[in-house]
Amino acid sequence: MMNQTTLIYDGSFNGFLTCVFQAFDEKLKLVAIQKNKQVQNELFSESTTVFTNIEQAKRVWTGIRNKSFNAISTIYFAYLSENEGVEMMLYTYIKKLMAKRGTQVDFSDETILYIHQLAKKVGREKHRVEAFVRFQLTKDQIYFANIEPDFDVLPLISKHFKNRYADQQWLIYDAKRNYGIFYNLDGVEIVSLDIKELHYNRTQQSNVFTSGEYAYQELWNNYFKSTNIKSRINRKLHTQHVPKRYWKYLSEKKEAV
Amino acid sequence: MNFERIKEKLNILADAAKYDVSCASSGSSRTNTNKGLGNSTGMGICHSYTEDGRCVSLLKILLTNHCIFDCAYCVSRRTNDIKRAAFKVQEVVDLTINFYRRNYIEGLFLSSGIFKDPDHTMERLIRVAKKLREEENFNGYIHLKSIPGCSDELMYEAGLYADRLSINIEIPTVSGLKLLAPEKDHKDFIQPMNKVKNEIIRYNNERKIIKNTPKYAPAGQSTQMIVGATGESDKDVMYSATYYYKKYSMKRVYYSGYVPVLEDNRLPAIGSQVPMLRENRLYQTDWLLRFYGFAVNEILNDDYPNLDMDIDPKLSWALRNMHLFPVDINNADKRLLARIPGLGMKSVHKIIHARKFRKLNWEHLKKIGVALNRAKYFMVCDSREWERKDREPSKIKGLILQNSASKFRNQISNQLSLFN
Ligand code: SF4
Repeated sequence: MMNQTTLIYDGSFNGFLTCVFQAFDEKLKLVAIQKNKQVQNELFSESTTVFTNIEQAKRVWTGIRNKSFNAISTIYFAYLSENEGVEMMLYTYIKKLMAKRGTQVDFSDETILYIHQLAKKVGREKHRVEAFVRFQLTKDQIYFANIEPDFDVLPLISKHFKNRYADQQWLIYDAKRNYGIFYNLDGVEIVSLDIKELHYNRTQQSNVFTSGEYAYQELWNNYFKSTNIKSRINRKLHTQHVPKRYWKYLSEKKEAV
Repeated sequence: MNFERIKEKLNILADAAKYDVSCASSGSSRTNTNKGLGNSTGMGICHSYTEDGRCVSLLKILLTNHCIFDCAYCVSRRTNDIKRAAFKVQEVVDLTINFYRRNYIEGLFLSSGIFKDPDHTMERLIRVAKKLREEENFNGYIHLKSIPGCSDELMYEAGLYADRLSINIEIPTVSGLKLLAPEKDHKDFIQPMNKVKNEIIRYNNERKIIKNTPKYAPAGQSTQMIVGATGESDKDVMYSATYYYKKYSMKRVYYSGYVPVLEDNRLPAIGSQVPMLRENRLYQTDWLLRFYGFAVNEILNDDYPNLDMDIDPKLSWALRNMHLFPVDINNADKRLLARIPGLGMKSVHKIIHARKFRKLNWEHLKKIGVALNRAKYFMVCDSREWERKDREPSKIKGLILQNSASKFRNQISNQLSLFN
């Protein structure tokens, strides 16, 4: 009987793909793929640390792409959910995909449906963040926003903001994961900041921002209020669209928080 | 900038604009090429939602609420005693840019009361759009209202800067228009619509030959009808909607339940309920016509001039056509699948993909996300169990209603009594 193996990787997407490569290549019998930060010992299995290898990751990537273009983004989106155990689910998904062309749309298969739905969830979070980011203009002319998304969506939203705000410097910071993306008018770079104070859209003003900033926030809040049609009010529908966990970042909602 | 003054204007002019329900910001094709500001390609984004659950994606304001007309259904009508205000062109430009940079909005939706005359008003709206495009290098979404009765030349110019143009029919029947807006002529609405349609056709043809033909209203045109103001039937509303979709290649027709804003004996009294449920049923019908392959006379005709309020229009149609069911979801073609109540187009696509791999049963369908409580009476799948008893339409309807919770339940009981 072959030994059961647990693979441990550095937590990067390329690292994960390297695991997949090695599992295929060495025909391993995997029981788990774990990030090195969260290793739990599996009984009765050997664990091996995998070093990220871009070449191997690329081969898996093109391998999948040759089977299906859609599956590529499904896999990446689902991966960014950071759900516990998602790596093994993805590994199973990729195995199925490699075995038979077109499997990615077999929604009667549980793994396929699970990954598909997980990717959808991450996609929804991406859209929400794209909608609910609220920039505040700092005195050094950077449009700054804090977010705390459920999933690690910064890599997914970068392109959208770069295309849209090509002529202004902006910084979107994920306070939960402690890193951000900064656009410096040329390209987007990953930054990590030492932020003591999170800049929610508090009623209390911060001197980091320009004075005009608060004027525009107030105009926006006013605008938001006057769009209401009283005889049509439907709070339930409202919170369904704008879940409460986003409110602290929305200036139009700051009085409600 | 005089901030307090701007704030006051914004309150007045946003308040007056909110009855226009269109908020779409999708379907344009303006990419940010020259490192300018903004991008409007593909899907629109709702940046927030009003407390009644409508999408907020555009800064929707009037340039002014001064108006020389006196349309009965409109807050800005000449004889209404309200505060009036007017923005300067530059003020609108500044607001738009500053809101856009903070990611509050997808762009601007600018409408106006008619001051002086239609051309004057339209010319001012165009100036805002032109400034945004040419001076601010703005590629966000711009929706301009076409002013009834304005000239073809101005409609041509408007389309060069706007993504979408719209003109609201407001009253679905010509007789209703005569009653409520006697100073307005039906053809004042039609002429700008026609011009826009022709220009779009011209643009699409020329673009095939000359690649850099200047864009003309890439997100097309739309219109809005007020429902519940003149006693029109659902058939009246949907037949005229169908007419505008076909004749003027409308991208969208919007339906806006009449909100009583003024006392006028030609209109429902202040305090009457806004027909939101009816509005919702009209939108459902609109979708069935645009995406589900239904023809309008299948749903509404002389025998059925009004939609059911307690069930959705697809279910209502199915119950009248039980001879077409049950449909075998493992064999039926897409068109037929789309007609099963409770089955949306997304589920239809999933079924079509998944059934290539194996025959689908109830379990599969449930996981895919089909609303079985409605659908099960109208389909068979890979299972011996299916609803063969209770084939009476009235019984099925009763069973479905028992097992569903509608967000409009309160309104249903309220409004049903109104409609009966
Ligand atoms: S012309 Fe327009 S703004 Fe003026 S009263 Fe009629 S609907 Fe209202």
